[in-house]
Amino acid sequence: MWRIWILIIKEFQVIWRDKKSRYILFVPPVVQTLLFGFAATMEVKDVAVAVCNLDRGYYGEELVARIGASSSFHDIITIDRQQELTSAIDSRRVILAVTIPEDFSRTVLAGEPVELQVLLDGRRSNTSQIAENYLAEIVRRLQAEITGEGLKIELDTRTWFNPNKQYQWFTVPGLIGIIMGIEILLLTGLSVARERELGTFEQLQVSPLSSGEIIIGKTIPALLIGVAEGTLVVLMALFFFKIPLQGAVVLLYMSMLLYALAMTGIGLFISALVQTQQQAMLGTFLVLLPIILLSGFVTPVENMPHWLQSATLWNPLRYFLVIVKGVFLKNVSLGVILPEEVSLVAVACCTLITSVWFFRRKLA
Amino acid sequence: MPIVSPGVRRVRALFHKEFLQIIRDPSSILIAFVLPVFLLFLFGYGLSLDADHIKCAVVVEDTGVYGRKLAQAFTHTAYFDATVTYDRNFAELEIVEGRVRGIIVIPVDFSRRIVDSEASARVQVISDGSEPNTAAFVEGYAAGVIENWYTQNQLENGVILLDGKNEGITLRSRYWFNSELLSRNFLLPGCLTMILAIIGTLLTALVVAREWERGTMESLLATPIHPVELIISKILPYFVLGMGSLLIATVAARLIFDLPFRGSVWSLVMVTSAFLLVSLLMGLLISTTSRNQFVAAQLSILLAFLPVTMLSGFVFEIKSMPWILQQVTRLVPARYYVASAQTIFLAGDIWPVLLPATMVLLLMAGILLFLTLRKSAKRLD
Repeated sequence: MWRIWILIIKEFQVIWRDKKSRYILFVPPVVQTLLFGFAATMEVKDVAVAVCNLDRGYYGEELVARIGASSSFHDIITIDRQQELTSAIDSRRVILAVTIPEDFSRTVLAGEPVELQVLLDGRRSNTSQIAENYLAEIVRRLQAEITGEGLKIELDTRTWFNPNKQYQWFTVPGLIGIIMGIEILLLTGLSVARERELGTFEQLQVSPLSSGEIIIGKTIPALLIGVAEGTLVVLMALFFFKIPLQGAVVLLYMSMLLYALAMTGIGLFISALVQTQQQAMLGTFLVLLPIILLSGFVTPVENMPHWLQSATLWNPLRYFLVIVKGVFLKNVSLGVILPEEVSLVAVACCTLITSVWFFRRKLA
Repeated sequence: MPIVSPGVRRVRALFHKEFLQIIRDPSSILIAFVLPVFLLFLFGYGLSLDADHIKCAVVVEDTGVYGRKLAQAFTHTAYFDATVTYDRNFAELEIVEGRVRGIIVIPVDFSRRIVDSEASARVQVISDGSEPNTAAFVEGYAAGVIENWYTQNQLENGVILLDGKNEGITLRSRYWFNSELLSRNFLLPGCLTMILAIIGTLLTALVVAREWERGTMESLLATPIHPVELIISKILPYFVLGMGSLLIATVAARLIFDLPFRGSVWSLVMVTSAFLLVSLLMGLLISTTSRNQFVAAQLSILLAFLPVTMLSGFVFEIKSMPWILQQVTRLVPARYYVASAQTIFLAGDIWPVLLPATMVLLLMAGILLFLTLRKSAKRLD
């Protein structure tokens, strides 16, 4: 027990004394949280649209004014000729271009059907689809007012857990997992490789420490630092991004610990396989990419093909994201996220046991 | 025997050395050839923003015929994968547990109000804000389904739209360049950008930093080689490597994912060359400055990899970012390449997009070259 304690203290000292390691402990997490928090948005607001209003009547102007007043659209470029509409889309100046026909006001007043031509940039089809929905809603409201009957079916839309659909409420809690993952993988992956390069790993091997003790001594610092990094992001989420934490802190930390364990297992696995720091870095990178891309952080897991969805079952981040969003936004109880917690435990067990086995074989 | 100037001879010799080094190092082969295909698969299959068959619960509190009919409209559309229930609590639990992304509530008086010409009916749409993008689609799709159902219903009930009164204003939307609305089509060009940035910046940064660490760079500097020649001979092999992986990735994207290619090969080569040049020079500058593999890797992830994912506009809309970040994206080379690649693959050779992008990239390359030269010159002193 004493020996493990010494080893843990030694690990902390190694990390702390090195200026570069100290730097990667604090700077990238903060920069990444800020960058991701502000940049990673799929919200549609302030997009540029082009309007070609051929109608000189009241309703044409009214429609243009309403498009301009919407918070989703920012730059309204008015264009006189349809020809220019095309080039505005082509050159990516606008994402949506709408043509209001000459007889718009007249036909609308006469109660006759009328078509609005809408061109959308398919190069950004996600944004343009959402923009189209917003335009449709504006038109629906206008229509209802013109007929004076109101809408026959009134839609009462509500967004639960995140009333204003703020993207940050989705990204920043997810970042807790991403940043913990990156730091833990880098620390565990690199620490063994560095000792190998420096030759100090052999010294460890000839010391009276058993291989189990060495592994525990490498695991616990990474685990603690990982949770500390997570705390850093949690604090930024609460006090900088002002995202309310609805659920229990205990549940959050229990899950962070389990997740950190699973990630440490993966990190140790990498470090058992590699010889040099460069290989460790490359390995970490190659493992991190699928972990992040297939976690539901960038795009939802349920959009993936089924065979790939089952291929994400080993991914601890996938479970952690469900948990962290549940605890942060939905105030879930342990019962609700029990399957995810159990899966985390399972992944942690598998990766830790495998890497211990690998290490033992290498050490033997 | 042709007379070759000593400069060309030196570059050629170094190029040869560099090339041997790449071929003999398994990790650079891994990065250049295996990584592109691996990334392409991940992006092509793993990333999708196409939300159809969104899981939702339809709570029918209305016992009348119209409530049932509207619920049917939801179960029949391809937009939703709807479960009909009569229990609101059940549906609410489902959304908390994340098994559905939306709830549509058809209230008790729905049928009565539909029949009543004076009243307007209400439908409640609840979406799961913990997935904001899907939530936006739930609302849009639900509105569409309900509207369609209503028009359909009017027709069936013999409210013939002779005067067109009920039809009113309709949107005739056309999605250019990507009529199937496949998010993959615009994500794959972004993936290409990522591959090029990784090869260009990360690989060069690591390899050159290793030379500094091992001290072989100093031996190179001791030779009569000029800094410009040194830069050329460092960049050229990786340029070839980058172009090779572009070829592999493009062919794979065409064959496996059916990505359209509407522009010309030449414009792709032109823009790619400019972007690759910027990436390579950035890698070179990073490694010359840091002279250490670890720092070089950190810096290239921070300066090249993160901006490509976050600030290039390939997933996240630049226009929706805060103003200050929008200005920062102007400094990100990947921003110009993503716009160009998406245009070349999906739209064609649209010069108002491609030409300014290439110009900006070349300008960036010029600045980076100047900085690298200054750094290298200092080392020679």
